This record gives sequence, C-alpha cells and structure tokens, in this order.
Amino acid sequence: MSQLKFITRYASIENPLDIEAYLAQGGFSGLREALTMSPKEVISAVKQSGLRGRGGAGFPTGVKWESVRGDTERYVVCNADEGEPGTFKDRYILEHTPYLVLEGMAIAAYAIGAQLGYIYVRGEYPHIVTALSNSIALSEKLGYLGTRILGSDFSFHVEVRKGGGSYVVGDETALLNSLMGNRGYPLLKPPFPTEKGLWGKPTVVNNVETLAYVPYIFMHGATTFASIGHPESPGLKLYSLSGHVAKPGVYEFPMGTTVGELLQAAGGTRGPLKAVQIGGTAGPIYDTSALGYALDFASMRKVGGALGSGALVFMNTSVSMVQVLDVTMRFFAEESCGQCFPCRYGTRQLAFMAHKIASGQGKLEYLDFMRDIARVMVGASLCPFGQSIALPLETILGGFGDEIVSFIKQQEFLKEVAV
Amino acid sequence: MKDVTLKINGNSITVPSGTSIYMAAEKAGISIPSLCRHEDLEPKGACGMCIVQIQGQPGFKRSCVTPVEEGMEVFTTTAAIRDIRRGILELVLATHPADCLQCIKHGKCELQTLAERFEIRALRYDRYTRDLPVDASSFGIVRDMNKCIGCGRCVQVCNEVQTVASIFFHGRGSNTIVSPAYGSSMGQSVCVNCGQCVVYCPVGALYEREAIEEVWKAIDDPQKIVVAQIAPSVRVAIGEEFGLAPGELTIGKLYSALRALGIDVVFDTNFSADLTIMEEATEFLQRLKGAGPFPLITSCSPGWIKFGETFFPDLLENVSSCKSPQQMMGALIKTYYVESRGIDRESIVSLSIMPCTAKKYEASRPEMNSSGSRDVDYVLTTREIARMIRQVGIDFANLPEGDPDPLLSRYTGAATIFGASGGVMEAALRTAYEMATGKTLEKVDFTEVRGMAGVKEAEIDVGGTPIKVAVTNGLGNARKLLERVEADKKAGHSSYHFIEIMACAGGCVGGGGQPIPNTLARRASRIEGLYREDRGLPFRKSHLNPEIKGLYAEYLGTPGSERAHALLHTHYTKREQYMVVPT
Repeated sequence: MSQLKFITRYASIENPLDIEAYLAQGGFSGLREALTMSPKEVISAVKQSGLRGRGGAGFPTGVKWESVRGDTERYVVCNADEGEPGTFKDRYILEHTPYLVLEGMAIAAYAIGAQLGYIYVRGEYPHIVTALSNSIALSEKLGYLGTRILGSDFSFHVEVRKGGGSYVVGDETALLNSLMGNRGYPLLKPPFPTEKGLWGKPTVVNNVETLAYVPYIFMHGATTFASIGHPESPGLKLYSLSGHVAKPGVYEFPMGTTVGELLQAAGGTRGPLKAVQIGGTAGPIYDTSALGYALDFASMRKVGGALGSGALVFMNTSVSMVQVLDVTMRFFAEESCGQCFPCRYGTRQLAFMAHKIASGQGKLEYLDFMRDIARVMVGASLCPFGQSIALPLETILGGFGDEIVSFIKQQEFLKEVAV
Repeated sequence: MKDVTLKINGNSITVPSGTSIYMAAEKAGISIPSLCRHEDLEPKGACGMCIVQIQGQPGFKRSCVTPVEEGMEVFTTTAAIRDIRRGILELVLATHPADCLQCIKHGKCELQTLAERFEIRALRYDRYTRDLPVDASSFGIVRDMNKCIGCGRCVQVCNEVQTVASIFFHGRGSNTIVSPAYGSSMGQSVCVNCGQCVVYCPVGALYEREAIEEVWKAIDDPQKIVVAQIAPSVRVAIGEEFGLAPGELTIGKLYSALRALGIDVVFDTNFSADLTIMEEATEFLQRLKGAGPFPLITSCSPGWIKFGETFFPDLLENVSSCKSPQQMMGALIKTYYVESRGIDRESIVSLSIMPCTAKKYEASRPEMNSSGSRDVDYVLTTREIARMIRQVGIDFANLPEGDPDPLLSRYTGAATIFGASGGVMEAALRTAYEMATGKTLEKVDFTEVRGMAGVKEAEIDVGGTPIKVAVTNGLGNARKLLERVEADKKAGHSSYHFIEIMACAGGCVGGGGQPIPNTLARRASRIEGLYREDRGLPFRKSHLNPEIKGLYAEYLGTPGSERAHALLHTHYTKREQYMVVPT
C-alpha cells in the first residue's frame, strides 16, 4: 500500500457517510492506537511527525497542542471556515471523508484533555453542515465519539457551527470570537487561544486538513510521516489547482513537490502560462519562473512567498494583470473586518486606485501611492490580513509593472487623441 | 507590583510592570499620538497611530496595548514611524468630510489636532465620503456617521461601561458603521440618551441635539419671558469652557452671563433639588412607616429612568415617584411663579441649563406637562450655553458675581451636592433623619457615599432604625446592583432601603452635556468643587431653605400633599428593548 496517498485514498470511498466502509479501510484505527498511549505520548508523536498546520501559517501542530495550559475545561475547534480564494481542499475533505477529520479531532481532544469540540464550517458550505451532523451521529452510535470512547474513560463530543461568510474569520482568534456570538474581529496575540480561547478556556484551533492528517501519524507512525516531503515541513499536502489548468482539482502530493510537477499531474495549462498565484489571494503572483518552486513552507519562504493554504491559481496570457490587480484589491476592501484604521481605509483606497486604473482613469502616480499605502498597512495593521496585501500588490507592481504602466499610458494617450 | 526599567528614546525610565509602553512614554514626557485611545477606556489598538519600534523586535508594536519589559529599548519617533503615522492620517483624512469650519467639534477635534500636529498640508488621495443621512431622530443625541473615524470609543462606553448596548459596529471594512441594531435610528433604539458616547467621541460624529437657535428666538421675542434654571453640576464645570480649572465654582458668573444674554428671569435648579429632597424624604419615611416597597430608588437621572423602564420594568414600583429637580422647577415656573407674579403662562419660555443630554429627552416626555403644556420648553447643555456666551463675546472668566431672582433660587448645601454621585442620598439622609427623629443631625457629612467608586454602601441609624443604603453611578454598575435587587425581590426580601442611581460615572458632573474633555479625572475635580461649596453654605439641609418653607406655606401645603403630587410627582412606563416596527 502506498503511503504517499492518504486523504485522497479515503476520499475515494464511494459513499462518504458509509462508516463501515471507512472502518474497512482502517478508519478509526489511528484513534484506537492513540488511546493506548498517554496524552503526553500522543503529543510527542505529533511533534515527532513534524506535522505543521495546513491552514496557512504552518505552525507545528504538536507544539501548539503542547502549549495548552490552564483550566481543565478545554476545547478543540476545527477551522473549516475555508475562505481563501482558489482553495477548496477542506471542502473536498469534508465532502468526501468527514470521518478522517472527526478521528483527528478525537485524537487532538484526547491529547489536550478537551471534552467538547466544534467544527466551524464556512457559511457557504451548508451541505457540509448536514453531512457532518450525520457523520457525528453515526460515529457516536458506534462509540468513536461521545461518552467513553471505545470503552475508555475518554469522552468527547463534537458540535457543528455555521459561519456568516467573513474571510477574516479564518483567523483563529476571529473565528473564536464568531463562535462565541461576537463580531468576527481578530484579537491581538498574546494571549494565544491555547491559554485563553473559547469562553476564555484553553483551546486548540486546527485546520481541517491538519486534523485529517493526524490519524496518519498513528496508523503509519510518526517517523513515516516525517520521512515524506521536505525535512522542515514533512508529510503529505493537498494542493488546490484552479484557473487555466487542464484538470483543475485537489491533488495530494508530498510537501516540496514543485509547481511544474503539480501542473504536469493536472495535465498542463490551458494556453501559454503567464502567471501563477500561490498560497491564496494574499500570496504573491509569480511569472513562469515559479514552475521550479518547491511547494513547502520553508522553500516558499525562501522565494519571498508563502505556501499558505496550498492554492495555485494558474493564469494564461489572456489574463490582464490590470484586471488581476483590480479584483485582488477589491477582495481585500470587501473582506477587511474594519477594526483597524490602516486596513479599513488602506484597502478602500487601494481598491479605488486599482479600479480607476482598470477603468482607464489611472494615473502613474497611483503606483507610488499604492506602495505607500501598502507600507502603512504592513507596518500598522492589527492582524496579518492587512499586512498580507503587500505580497500580491508588490509582486503585481514588480513582476508585471511594465504591463500596468503601459496600460495607464495607453489609456492616457487614447484620452488625448479623443480630444 | 514589581518595577520595570526600560529605555525610551535612549532615556531610562522605571515604571510598574504591566504598564503599557504608551503610559510609560507619557510618564517620560512623550505624548504618543493616538486616535482611538482614551485614558478612561481599555485600549483596543484600533488606529495604529501609537506604533513604536522595539530594539531586537521586527516591525512595529502598538504602544497602547504592549506592556513594558525589563531592559526594553523603545523608539517612539523614527523616520519609519513618522512615515506610517502620516500615512494613516492621510488615509483617515481622505474619508473625512472637510467641513471643519461648520463642525461642532471645530477646535476641539482630536483628528484636527493630530492633522495639525503632523502638518498634513495636502491630500494625495482621492477624497471619498459616504453621504450617509444624519440621524437626528433622538431627543438628545445626533449621529453623523459621515464624520465617524471608527475608533470604537462610543461602542466601548455604550456596551462595556453603560451596558446599554444601543450602538455597535455593523458592516465590514470601509463600510463599517456604528449604528443601532439593524440600522434603526437612535430614536427607535434602546439608547437612554446618557450622552457618554458624545463625550468620548474624538470627532464630530456624535453630538447633542442643539436648541441654541430656538432659545435665541425666544430671547429676541419681546412678547416672551425667558425663565432659566441652572443645574447643580453646571456651576463647577462651565468654567472649563473659558479656561478655568475643573471644579471652580462659577455660579455667580453664570447668573451674570445669563442676564447678559438677555434671559429675563434666572432661577436655580438647586432650589428644586432641595424641593426634591422634601418630597423624596417624605416618600421614604412613608414607605418606612408602611410596608415599603424597598428599596426606594432615586429618580433624578433621566438616563437611568429610561434604562430602568427598558431593562428592569419589574422594579418600577421601587422608583421614587418624585420628578427630577429640572421637572419640578419647570412645573413650578409655569404655575406657582406665574400665578404669584400675575404673568400669562403662555408668555413664559422655560429654559433649563443641564449637564445632560437625557434631560432633553426627559423634558419631552408626555408626563412632563403638569402646567398644561411642556413644563420645560428648552434644555441647553453646559456646552451649548457656553457657545451662546462665546457668540455674544462675553468675557466669562472676568464677569462679576451676579445674583439670581428670588422665589425659586435659594439653595442649601444639600442641593448643590446633587451634582455628585452620592449627593442625593446624602441630602436625603440629612433631611430624613431630622424629619423622622425631630432631632438635629450633628454629623452632616456622609462620606461613605461620596466619591467615584462604582458602588458605595452604608448603614445609617435613623431614629433607632438601621437604614441600609447603596449608591451607584454608571449604568453598568447600576445593572449589577439592580440584578441583585431583582434577585432579592424574587426571594422576597431586600438588602437595601434606599438606592441612589446616576446614569453617568461620577454623577451629573460627568453628564453627556458637560465640557469635553469629560474625563474621570475632571469629574473628580468637579465633585470636589461641589463639596467645597456645600461646606461653605449657611444652610446644608434642604428643609432649612427659607424659600422652600415659603413655597410650602404659600402654595403646596405639606410635602406629599395633593398639589405636590399633581405638580411634583410622576409615573413610569415599561418599554420594549426593540421597537416593534409596524408593518
């Protein structure tokens, strides 16, 4: 059996809610194994596996679990508020193999001593809420969740909550605020949720994909997981490929797979490749030189980017960077939570200018203005959202600056001719 | 608490651990700019203006929410910091209406001050405004969200301090707006008109609904007799509008100023504060003789009254039926005064000068028409009367001490302390004791109920009966106390006999109509001013006021009489938290 496919293997089960089929493929054996160990041993196995958060930040999962302290009332929250444009891996997991996530949550709960877990599902995924509720009920019926799991002293219940459609709530502190019925504002850290999270109690927030890989560690061993991919960010990874690619979809490969290799697996581009955005809308936009980039946390950082959620949006030569700039800036303006001044006003001005450029009203000085605003946002935004706008902006204005400048000049020329 | 030593711009400073970098810098004489921080509120780090750089740490840190650490080296004004601060200001100014000259906060606006300090002389970015309608639906407060910079202080004070939760953030990003639930108006909302949002607003987005033009019109009308009354707390605050210190007693100057404005008759709400004590002490002693209900709760603060009607409707029978001093005075001006002078009631324009935005609302209540029409026609806040004085060009600080008109203006020390939290309670106890025992109260000062603490308790012996009292200020504190009263009530007993509630922290000295800045520190200074006046007055017990004695002898009979009830007492109405919108 190949251990280089995991999530996708379980996702191929015909009826995703069929718990017997999941069990037949070894489902819940990771949890069974974890329950034979002490919580400390579970955490140390996760640390040893080198698993890092798959939501975007890449924080070592075992270290996060280990940092839980304080009150004995504790929570595990599964972050399924997948809002990053071009990212659809969490949706894929939840649609095709929800038990893997529940199993991962149960192991996390056992490790940190949580009694209750929440899955915070993106509001735009209503069908998943229903499916998850059903799979939780079935798991409880067979004793994989609920009271005295698998005959042990460990009890853990899971509830599902639906989000209201805000991008920023993907941030764990904003998500917890939303979960508590507050406005989805990110909070300053520290305190970290592992000390003061949901209802002020120690809380671990993990991404769907992170939790889905947790059972792997207990089925195949931490060292097996650690031996795959890049030594600094080991394991498997789901990549979301979209845009001008022959076969868009979710692909599971070891960490460190290059953009070119993924593109090949997806049947190549449709039309000549011009650019690729990696890591989501807050990620940089590269030209064709990105084909050789290895997709893992460490390697992407070296090229000034970030792996982020593992989203790759391919663009062929029919795509205008002027339009990309417009759409990207509008996205930020619409999704800023509005809490801090630099982001609230900065995103608005950037969107204004990008739109003016795209609609032929641009001025060359806007490019300097935009860089100035990005600098303010990087320096003084309250949360990573506002700080992250600089990456797409700088890479568009850097790598594709000539295109933007000549578009503005061309429009100015056309206006002069018209007079 | 341990001390921490750090360096700010190269200079060593030692502060207690837990201090923010912002506060440490202030102690070192450096005023770090901010658009959202307020000394009375917990910092939230919204504006980003207060960023600093710390040696060995990447990026910038918000000084308002970053605690000091031992050995830290902080820089507050590097080129990079200045660049970002200017950048934020440019962004804010691009969205802010450029109508400073017409703005009510002109010259007192924190955004304007910072724009000046950073010398923003030109705007590079395209200006955009949102063209939102100005919400003037409330009797007390106007909301102009075009000017809002989204600092969140009003939201904080309304939700966290007052727990009224009338306004909150709605919408996202640059469309964020502070508004009552579901975009309804202030008039429809649960707002109690306390005006604390107004005094914490750094710009001109929230302000009192002005009545200045209407008052000028009345003054200019030769057919009208304008009769004014001045609330206790105004006398120790209005001087701040003219450069005097908080707490400086300026009542004599204020009498002179009102005459200079052309106001015909000047009375003093302190008189009716004494009257309130006569009625309320009587009501209290009646409840003490009878079967309660206890606790009796004071009714002078109209913000608290609407709060109670909305959130604690089951406690309305506990609220004193006494009108507030403003409304007692209003009723007497249009009855006793006009009758005793033979004046046509229709010619009277009754004007009150109040520290309060909720008084505007109170005067408009249908219960407040005992004379046949509105007992108080116009309410001006301390800030508004100061504007009128400035319009005329009166040198307020150097005015001679004037006198009020007789009949409804003499007052005792018990009346003047109405402006401070605990003052009504203390005044009531001074009179209730003597009414109940017939003996002279030697120890006049009830210091246990004074000061800025959120809840103050005391037990006082009134003729052998131990009376348990509580005094609270700020509606968030009141809510906690009232929840206890409610629980007591369900359990069939009462922990208190008498409770004083003031909607605003510190009492009326901190009202929504008082001079800005209206910080807790200033409120404390104003309170000192009131107790100073109390100590120096010839009479310090309401029932000793000669004009009060005259009023009862000539007109009302006894406290609690039928006529007193018709003119000086009222009733309350249960209110829904959310208005049902008719379909």
